[in-house]
Amino acid sequence: MSVAIRVIPCLDVDGGRVVKGVNFTNLRDAGDPVELARAYGDQGADEVTFLDISASADGRATTYEMVTRTAETVFIPLTVGGGVRGVDDVDRLLRCGADKVGINTGAIARPQAIAEIAERFGDQVVVLSVDARREPDQPSGFGVTTHGGRRSAGLDALEWARRAVDLGAGEILLNSMDADGTTAGFDLAMIEAVRAAVDVPLIASGGAGTVQHFVDAARVGADAVLAASVFHYGTLSIAQVKAGLAEAGFEVRIERPIA
Amino acid sequence: MTLVAVLDYGSGNLHSATRALAATGAEVVLTADVDVALAADGLVVPGVGAFAACMAGLEAVGGPALIRERLRLGRPVLGICVGHQVLFTEGDEHGVLTPGVGVLPGRVAELSSTRLPHMGWNTVEAPQGSVLFAGVADERFYFVHSYGVHAGPFPDDVSVTWVEHGGDRVVAAVERGVLSSTQFHPEKSGAAGARLLRNWVDTLA
Repeated sequence: MSVAIRVIPCLDVDGGRVVKGVNFTNLRDAGDPVELARAYGDQGADEVTFLDISASADGRATTYEMVTRTAETVFIPLTVGGGVRGVDDVDRLLRCGADKVGINTGAIARPQAIAEIAERFGDQVVVLSVDARREPDQPSGFGVTTHGGRRSAGLDALEWARRAVDLGAGEILLNSMDADGTTAGFDLAMIEAVRAAVDVPLIASGGAGTVQHFVDAARVGADAVLAASVFHYGTLSIAQVKAGLAEAGFEVRIERPIA
Repeated sequence: MTLVAVLDYGSGNLHSATRALAATGAEVVLTADVDVALAADGLVVPGVGAFAACMAGLEAVGGPALIRERLRLGRPVLGICVGHQVLFTEGDEHGVLTPGVGVLPGRVAELSSTRLPHMGWNTVEAPQGSVLFAGVADERFYFVHSYGVHAGPFPDDVSVTWVEHGGDRVVAAVERGVLSSTQFHPEKSGAAGARLLRNWVDTLA
């Protein structure tokens, strides 16, 4: 037996409210991240990721309160990303009850932030979030983007992943900006390339549309699979994805009632 | 009501441990006060990050003496993650040895698996008659660590639960009289972790 492939739903939140449409039955308030995180926990999600897209300070303050409330009732790992610049942001999120913190633009702007956070709180806290796309000019053919995939950061995705791990990133969340939102499948070549470049756990994100897509991502080396819309719209359930992974021979965790 | 003290020595996410323990029905106090921590029915020692940093933080609040005194008085202690690791003799980080609290024999060292940290939900091998794992011996628990205790042999009164990751076999949990500890995070292990915490809290009554 070994560690299970993790299935992770991701929620975009702005000012403490889920902003991408969520289409669940049996929810009193589909915009409440706490209720959604709990629903996903009950469905067997192995972790929950919040991406804070709040642009204002007020929005951020509300996010801290949301993380606190979630950690009071949802007892699975909680990752929070968005707007993280350094140690102070991380300290605050951990104190609210986050277990891991995603850092993206903040690390591109100042890579040393990764080392500072890892040194203070441990490597396991730092999830490097990489928004990557195909860029033929980069040595590996994959480049890092900022601003939701609209701008090139001028970094080779593999180089950046290796550097971040050397600095202390404990996990990589690899999001394909080409595949994101297409539901046409993960960018398998990119996952495979990053898998070969670093040894830390790798979360594949972007493009999931069918159970087979998740299986394919696991086959090329993803330790965890993350998706948003297919779960939010009820196209697929966490349990369906896990059943597919199990059928393909991967170990999964089945959450069952315990007396 | 059973009172559980969670030792606050400035490390990581204490919120989740406090809330998960409260969900078992215990009264939970987060404290750095040694007298409060000594008097409580149960003491939880959390911990994340590096072994040496955790020991330094623990020493700053008188943690090692507190843990030894509680064990001498037969008062239960539960270590979690690095709070589990520091109970052993010593920690080895890149060849630098740091003495631990030393209430369990063994050295904490880096895992040899290529895929580190060991992160995610793993199965465990719990011994027959384990109190902590009653009803949940076949469940998965959430691990996140790069260091652990590899080898015994342990004294006969130390009951060890093991976990395997990438060819490494390390201590997942220890039960020795009133001393319990887990390398994984029960407070992050869903229903299985909640049951394990309740199993422990039930021993305090």
